[in-house]
Amino acid sequence: MISATSDTARFLPSAWMLSSISISSSSNFHVTAPSVFVVQTKSISVTSTEMASFKPTKIQVYPKLGEKVTQDTLYWKNYKAPVQIKEFGAITNIDFSPVAPHNFAVTAFTRVHIYGPFSQEPVKTFTRFKDTAYSGRFRSDGQLLVAGCEDSVVRLFDVSGKVALRMFKGHTKAVHVTDFTSDSYQILTGSDDYTCRLWDIPNATELNTYQEHTDYIRCGVTSKLNRDLFITGSYDHTLKMFDARLDKSVMTMDHGHPVENLLLYPSEGLLVSAGGRYVKVWDLLKGGQPLVSMKNHHKTVTCLSLGSNGQRLLSASLDRHVKVYNTTNYKVVHNFDYAASILSLGLAPDDESIVVGMTNGILSVKHRKSPEESKETSGQQRRKPSYRVFVKGKNYVPKQDDYLVSKPVKQHLAKYDKQLKRFNVSKALDTALETWLRRRKPEITVAVIKELDRRGTLKNALAGRDEQSLFHLLNFLIGNLVDPRFAPVLVTTAEMILDIYRSVIGQSPVVDRQLLRLQDLLEREIDYQKDLLEVLGMLDTMFASSIPRKEVPCSGISRSNGLGQGEASTSRPQLQAT
Amino acid sequence: MVEHGDIRVVHRGGSKINFREPVITNDSKFLLCASGECVKVFSTSTEECVHDLRGHTDLVTGVIIKPSNHLQAYSCSADGTVRLWDFTDGILIKTYVIGHPIYSIHASASHEGVVFVVTSMHADKRPDLLQLVAVHLPRSGDQMVEARELSAVLSDVSSNPLAIVFGRGGEYIASAKGLKLEVYLFRKQKAYSFFLKEDNKKGRRNTFTCVACHPKDDCIATGHEDGKIRLWRNFNQKKEYTYSTLHWHHSAVSSLCFTPEGTNLLSGGIESVLVQWRYNQEDQREFLPRLGAAITHITVSPDGSLFFTSHSDNKITIIQSCLKVSAAIQGLVKGESVTTDLMMDPRSKSLVLNGKPGHLQFYSLQRDKLLYNLDVVQQEYIHESGLQQFEVVKAAFDTSGNWLATVEERKQKGAEVELNLKLWEFDEQTQSFVLNTTISAPHEAQITGMCFCHSTDNQTTMLVSTSKDGHFKAWQLDAQAHTEADERPSWSCDFVGAYHSLVPECCCFSADGSLLAVSFQEVVTVWSTASWELLTTLSQPPKAIRNLCFGRLSCSKYLLGTTGNNLLCCWNLLTCSLEWSTSMDVSLLLADPISENMAAFCRQAGSTDLFVFKPSEPRPLFSQKAVCPGKVTRAIFTPREEMLESCEESSQWLNRSQLYFLTQHMDLMTFTTKVEEDRLMASSKQLVIDDTVAMTPFYLLLGKHRQQDSGDAQSGISAERTPLPQGSVAIKELLQTPAHVLPSTSFLCSMFVQSLLISVTDPREENKATEEEMESEKEEEDSEEEMESGTTRPEQAPLGRHAAESAAPALTKAQVRELRRVKKLDRSWFAGLLDS
Repeated sequence: MISATSDTARFLPSAWMLSSISISSSSNFHVTAPSVFVVQTKSISVTSTEMASFKPTKIQVYPKLGEKVTQDTLYWKNYKAPVQIKEFGAITNIDFSPVAPHNFAVTAFTRVHIYGPFSQEPVKTFTRFKDTAYSGRFRSDGQLLVAGCEDSVVRLFDVSGKVALRMFKGHTKAVHVTDFTSDSYQILTGSDDYTCRLWDIPNATELNTYQEHTDYIRCGVTSKLNRDLFITGSYDHTLKMFDARLDKSVMTMDHGHPVENLLLYPSEGLLVSAGGRYVKVWDLLKGGQPLVSMKNHHKTVTCLSLGSNGQRLLSASLDRHVKVYNTTNYKVVHNFDYAASILSLGLAPDDESIVVGMTNGILSVKHRKSPEESKETSGQQRRKPSYRVFVKGKNYVPKQDDYLVSKPVKQHLAKYDKQLKRFNVSKALDTALETWLRRRKPEITVAVIKELDRRGTLKNALAGRDEQSLFHLLNFLIGNLVDPRFAPVLVTTAEMILDIYRSVIGQSPVVDRQLLRLQDLLEREIDYQKDLLEVLGMLDTMFASSIPRKEVPCSGISRSNGLGQGEASTSRPQLQAT
Repeated sequence: MVEHGDIRVVHRGGSKINFREPVITNDSKFLLCASGECVKVFSTSTEECVHDLRGHTDLVTGVIIKPSNHLQAYSCSADGTVRLWDFTDGILIKTYVIGHPIYSIHASASHEGVVFVVTSMHADKRPDLLQLVAVHLPRSGDQMVEARELSAVLSDVSSNPLAIVFGRGGEYIASAKGLKLEVYLFRKQKAYSFFLKEDNKKGRRNTFTCVACHPKDDCIATGHEDGKIRLWRNFNQKKEYTYSTLHWHHSAVSSLCFTPEGTNLLSGGIESVLVQWRYNQEDQREFLPRLGAAITHITVSPDGSLFFTSHSDNKITIIQSCLKVSAAIQGLVKGESVTTDLMMDPRSKSLVLNGKPGHLQFYSLQRDKLLYNLDVVQQEYIHESGLQQFEVVKAAFDTSGNWLATVEERKQKGAEVELNLKLWEFDEQTQSFVLNTTISAPHEAQITGMCFCHSTDNQTTMLVSTSKDGHFKAWQLDAQAHTEADERPSWSCDFVGAYHSLVPECCCFSADGSLLAVSFQEVVTVWSTASWELLTTLSQPPKAIRNLCFGRLSCSKYLLGTTGNNLLCCWNLLTCSLEWSTSMDVSLLLADPISENMAAFCRQAGSTDLFVFKPSEPRPLFSQKAVCPGKVTRAIFTPREEMLESCEESSQWLNRSQLYFLTQHMDLMTFTTKVEEDRLMASSKQLVIDDTVAMTPFYLLLGKHRQQDSGDAQSGISAERTPLPQGSVAIKELLQTPAHVLPSTSFLCSMFVQSLLISVTDPREENKATEEEMESEKEEEDSEEEMESGTTRPEQAPLGRHAAESAAPALTKAQVRELRRVKKLDRSWFAGLLDS
């Protein structure tokens, strides 16, 4: 299969083969004479003076991979390190209280914990569940909390109390969906027995039962504007909108996948549903017309949330990512990574904190940085000498009568360049391998190594090192050897190091350990490349079969003097690799 | 086919100036360089070539100033003659015929009438056995003299002129060859030889490379191949000689030179660092690094104020004695080969090819001068032999000259080829190319061809590169991709194409840019640039395509190609069929960008023939057999600055463009017609330069004016006009009068400004006035005043005088008189200037 790759492959995902394109800075020091049209004496003198200057090592500018820094990135990155709290089981629901301190209820295993905005310990705990609790939700005044349970009983709690105020019994299977209606006197529940019911809170009686879904109901949402409207989503792939005044659904939408979560926009004109890998937006005012379908996750989307006053939409998925969408164009503007599959997501009003619950029972709370804190970081950067120091006297505009005495511009060279200029190759490599450069700017270290190689003195620079500096060198190699940008240079370096220090292998345990790590790394990389080649071969065959063969017009005369009639031209239109 | 007698192949520019060491005249004004078959005289102040001393018929191998007359110079040549020149006027004075090829020439002030030449005297002319011969130049009035009085001084000397030198006022001569240093003392008539041990460990490392003698002391400095310098003393005895060793250079010392006072020793080598050693305090060294290329020769001016180093890149650097580079004379840099093609910069109309390592040179053909070097690689060049460096291997200009694409390559043994494709944008403000995009590793193997799309109306420029990795890639400037304000548009890959798995060789765009032809070995594929569809394939088996070229203008429907089995094929793209083909071994096929003409250089029995033809016509427009010996692989059509009006059919193809080509020996040649030569001759006669002044742009301006002036004089209209300022006696007197006897400048100024006013007198009257004044000089002052009032400016003159008397009463009368005379002459001169 791999052999089939070579002639169709114009589409190379392997980063080894991507040619890096860089845009040079707009300096023009390399042009020795500025003008063709100047008087010749001048041009020559320019040539001769510039000739004598040392050309510094060229640091390759690599294209920045990864996301660009946008306003959104800055906004969503402006969170503190997450607070991690271990719960007893998978966290299935997170709900923020709509009133002032904005406590949040976390439903996990057989408990519902209520956390304060900044506490790491639960403020309150509801434990009176016989089995796994589901969907702990606050009422709009933040006084009451309702939760379903695996044992089909729906319990209503006072937030300040401990014992359930009311128990609603009637469902025959686990209740995964509970919510208050907007008049705050009724409760909506949805259950695995395919029914959804409305309950009256004061009497604890069942008001109505809707049995239209044909599979588990796992999500539901009530309208905040109309006390009678609510929408449920089910594993039968449908979303149904009900009116409490009628006995049957008023609108049905097909999501195409088991629906995991629902979200209504504050205006309630748009409905967002999550199910399978898709997030879909429906226009309710147009009778449930699908508006957008987004497929940005590669596993089931489990949770949805709105942020920034409805400007941003967040979706969390089992693929361990939380994606932030812009609600005007539904493009992903930011992405959060988490350690485990995400089951629940909550966003405090004004995006003050992001709370994520995961399958491994870990609750991750990220708080927004206060303005002072975010200023603090920028203040650190300002500790460097201010711009004014450098500009001193340089921005002076000469007056008309001033006589300008031009001063030769002194060439500032980096430390390694100064050493290279003096042909101190070992010292230059030492400078380039300094901790700061090695960590923060590996491209400079690699550029110096490349320059030494070009000068033919890399072997001299690498030789004669003690254990400590050899350890650093190997450490750098292990860190950057498989980086496709640096691999060609560093592979030769690694070979040279092995050649030079072959005789001393076994004398130092530190170096030996590093060498073993290097070997391990290379083996893994070889396996990885093999896998990539296999994938490439598969892709090639797929592309080759999907593109129709096209005959190239070839006139009879040219064929007669062509390669021979048997071998008709079989051109293969190539894929464009832009 | 007719041979056309009126079209000739001539050498054009770009000759070597670093072959022998430059010779500096005693007044440090001129520099004499052996350059091919002539000697070039450069001015040291302007770096312009003042004139060529032409006459030798073979390579000039040495130039020296005549010791007894510092305004004359000897030159020797491989044609077996020594010629005496007056280099200020460029006149050949005498020719001495020696009869044997001469390798170098030496002379000393203490040997009047004798020059020492290195020649092979043996009958079998073995070139490895050379002799230093004293030639007594016969005193004779004839132009051509045969010198018969030859006497051998030393036998078995080196052909390198740097290895033979006169010591201390010509008392002895030192010569080095191999491991032997030989000193011949003229007084004792005795030669001493000193041998060095051969360094067995590292081979011939002790070998002598150059010799220099201290001007005041008995000391000989020798340079060696291992980078050492030895200072020999006490060498006038056989036994008690001593030497000390200096070592800084890491490889061979190529040149040594003492300053005239003997205080410093200069040395240079491949490191391109000029090292200055203090004599007797040799640990004190000074360096001038990064001179650009390996130093081949070092010369010091007779007053010691200027050093001249010639370099391997055909350059002479002028260095002040404080080790500061002051100027450079740069010739066309010719390496072993031209890796980039010959190209034409559409803006400056200069010839572009690879020059110094890692550079592209822009060479003006009209002025025979290197305009500038564009540093493509932008890396510090390490002067060390055997090091693989980045080389510019391909370059291409787009039609407007806005974009330049370069490919640099570094091939290491055992490693992958390192490639960089760079795209340069012309910056109007700085008038130079600025790097826009660097694409590292554009292909996986060497790039075989590269060309820009020719179309002028197309907004997007396109570049196509073909490579040995079996792909060709189209690169395009994308303006839309980068919307951010700070990022300028950059280039990116637009399309990657391949045909079976054949290796593409040549690529060519059609004149309108709609078609791209790429040759894959024996198959030519034609692609549409708009949709990147393969339109058709053409082929002429069984050999690979060598050259590919679209026709232009009316012939743009033709595609021409040459194949390895000596076929020149022309395909018609409308019918996709072979229009015609002919059998000839074409080494180079190229199209004239401004006409339909195409030129084909064909190899025929060791020499090259040229055919110029139109693809649509069966008969060639022009053909010439044996243009030059060897193969021609690089040539270019350049547009002419002014068109020729030749109506002869055979030379019409040269009317609008010129054809330059490079021979195997890297000589730049061109074709000229008789008309053109006549015109050149006429212009060279016109340009007569005053030899007392070096040629500067300003001087040219003035000189031209003067010529016009003299032309006017001949026509007789203004025959009586006063001479130019520098010729005027009065101005000279004013300038030569010591400053302390002149009146204050504020006083002079008003008079001078007054004198600049244009008088309305007719020249005849003016003339009379001056004549009168000339007479009046002998008379009394009072009478002269009367005369003055009699001229046409009765109001002004007394006024001026009045002012003069009131402002500076202390002036002597003689001074006032002189000033007045100055005033008068000055005005007429200025009027003349304004008229012209």
